[in-house]
Amino acid sequence: MEASHAISEAVKLAEPGVIAAYPITPQTHIVERISEYVANGETGSEYIRVESEFSAISACLGASATGVRSYTATASQGLALMFEILFIVSGMRLPVCMTLANRAMSAPISIWNDHQDSISARDVGWIQFYAENAQECYDLTLMQFKVSEDHRVLLPSMVCMDGFVLTHLYESMNTYAKEDVDEFLPAYKPLHAVLDPKQPMTQGPIGFPSEYMELRKSQVDATENSIEVIEEVFKEFSERFPVEINGSRPELYSMVEEYRTDDAEIIFVAMGSICGQIKVVVDKLREKGERVGLAKIVVYRPFPKEALKKALKNARRVAVLERAVSPGANPPVFDEIRSLFYDERKRPDIRDFIVGIGGRDVKLDHVEKMHEMTKKDRGKKVEWMF
Amino acid sequence: MAIMGLPEEEYFSYGHRACAGCGAATALRLITKAAGRNSILVESTGCIEVVSTPYPETAWKLPWIHGAFENAASIASGIEAALKYSGENTKVIAIGGDGATYDIGFGHLSGAFERGHDFTYICYDNEAYMNTGIQRSGSTPYGAYTTTSPSGKKSIGKEEWKKDLVHILAAHGSPYVANASIGYATDAFKKLKTAIETEGPTFVNLFATCPTGWRSATEKSIEIAKLAVDTGVCPLYEIIDGKHKLGRPKDIDKLKPLEEYLKLQGRYRHLFRPEKNKETIEFMENRVRKNLENLLKYEECGL
Repeated sequence: MEASHAISEAVKLAEPGVIAAYPITPQTHIVERISEYVANGETGSEYIRVESEFSAISACLGASATGVRSYTATASQGLALMFEILFIVSGMRLPVCMTLANRAMSAPISIWNDHQDSISARDVGWIQFYAENAQECYDLTLMQFKVSEDHRVLLPSMVCMDGFVLTHLYESMNTYAKEDVDEFLPAYKPLHAVLDPKQPMTQGPIGFPSEYMELRKSQVDATENSIEVIEEVFKEFSERFPVEINGSRPELYSMVEEYRTDDAEIIFVAMGSICGQIKVVVDKLREKGERVGLAKIVVYRPFPKEALKKALKNARRVAVLERAVSPGANPPVFDEIRSLFYDERKRPDIRDFIVGIGGRDVKLDHVEKMHEMTKKDRGKKVEWMF
Repeated sequence: MAIMGLPEEEYFSYGHRACAGCGAATALRLITKAAGRNSILVESTGCIEVVSTPYPETAWKLPWIHGAFENAASIASGIEAALKYSGENTKVIAIGGDGATYDIGFGHLSGAFERGHDFTYICYDNEAYMNTGIQRSGSTPYGAYTTTSPSGKKSIGKEEWKKDLVHILAAHGSPYVANASIGYATDAFKKLKTAIETEGPTFVNLFATCPTGWRSATEKSIEIAKLAVDTGVCPLYEIIDGKHKLGRPKDIDKLKPLEEYLKLQGRYRHLFRPEKNKETIEFMENRVRKNLENLLKYEECGL
């Protein structure tokens, strides 16, 4: 199945009350397939074909506040257009769910993949999941609803999938029966706030300096709390839906997937589809006797501090492969990982490779080269790998 | 204020923090009376949102939501779709000031009307960005002073005519759009009620005095809103399934002089000082008249 269609299928299973989306490359296959479901009467979801992404996220806000599950999908420029409302949805504690087809930011305009869009949205208060392949796209979509809607969380979430590399990728994968999914993911029932004439409530008031800070803190706390919920949901899902195709996903989903890290001296850190290539290289290098592994970040927000520390603490060197930048500063994931070890006595040497920006191919031999540079400690601390 | 023939229930309660003489607050009382209990209100960022919801207080006795400045029509779209999904039959009413409606939220509004959601959008039109301190909007009338269209040696105030939003929305194929004024409250109430009860996307532009922004006496808000109608500045009309139906002013030859309306408002003071700017006032009067003639023609021709 195409990974985009895997997402559409998962969304159909979750049956949001309202779907609102605007077409943007490379997200289009997702919404086209959903349109077909609606046209064929295969889903009960109301589907609003909005006039912009700004409107898409706003309609999801309204639907979620009315008490139904809501979903949208977008990419790069579309996410940027939504930016103002991303903060409002999380601030209002509405569990809107989104798929983000990761795509580079303009200018120059590019339809190809990197992570600049979602990384730039790291502070908007949304939970961010990153998928490696079609199976994970499907699974994480089912799980994101459950995490977002949990009453200990009530935060929006996005599943990030690499544009083209994943959105247009066909892969063997396993799907689940509707009744099993229904059991895992019951209908959304808001207990906190809902627009209902029988119990009138005011949502989205003005917060004066005397109140704003506490409300902001409670949102930050909820994001921290979501770690526990994410781990619970990952565990429940992994048990309910065991692996059927070897290698299509980890046996037990976790915020940081450790791949052959046990005795590893050098550990790669990455997110998304590139982890597939890294795993191949890790296997190859292991055959040659190299002690190398991968720590795959599955959840980037909330930042999996403890899981990453645990994964990396025994490594001699860490190589972060990063698909986004922060002009004028270090790349964000690199900096965040380095700061994890600031208070630790024992800390690995950590370096960063900026790769695959704007859809630049990252090949197996590139990964091997990065391993060699890390092993021999060659090159700059932050190196652009063209 | 109690008006004969209007429901007594108040869903926009007293104790809110609007200015004395606020026309928008009067507008909201009319809107909520017309809406009734089984309604959900969506509000744009603006004066009314600010004065009515200082957390943890609220003036709203109906379910009410505010998201951002420009997107009330889109939030309303989502609510309407959610209600449809749940099989609920609740009215959805989006409310915005003229800045939210004519300018920044125009694309959202157009999109929601094109898609044909069953909702009503009401603009309380006080002809400038009042919440941020009286800046010009697409609805600010020709010749009016605002802080970003000040009068001066080379300026008569705003130099562009007001956007004709009512007709733009009628052109979307809306089954009901109307222009109303808080000065004629019973008429406004009827129009609001018709809009809310009509299926499909409907619109009411509700002219509402802003004494703070218009530099007018707080006790004259209703008088000014009546004069706007009687001078022809704010004609009362409906467009029902594409056909015009005119109310006041009935007789184009018996319009009150425009000056009577302008003189009550500090935003037009520069048109009378140091001496009367006859040319500008005449130009405005002619344009008002022309607009009325057009409306009458539409009605006569059954358009």
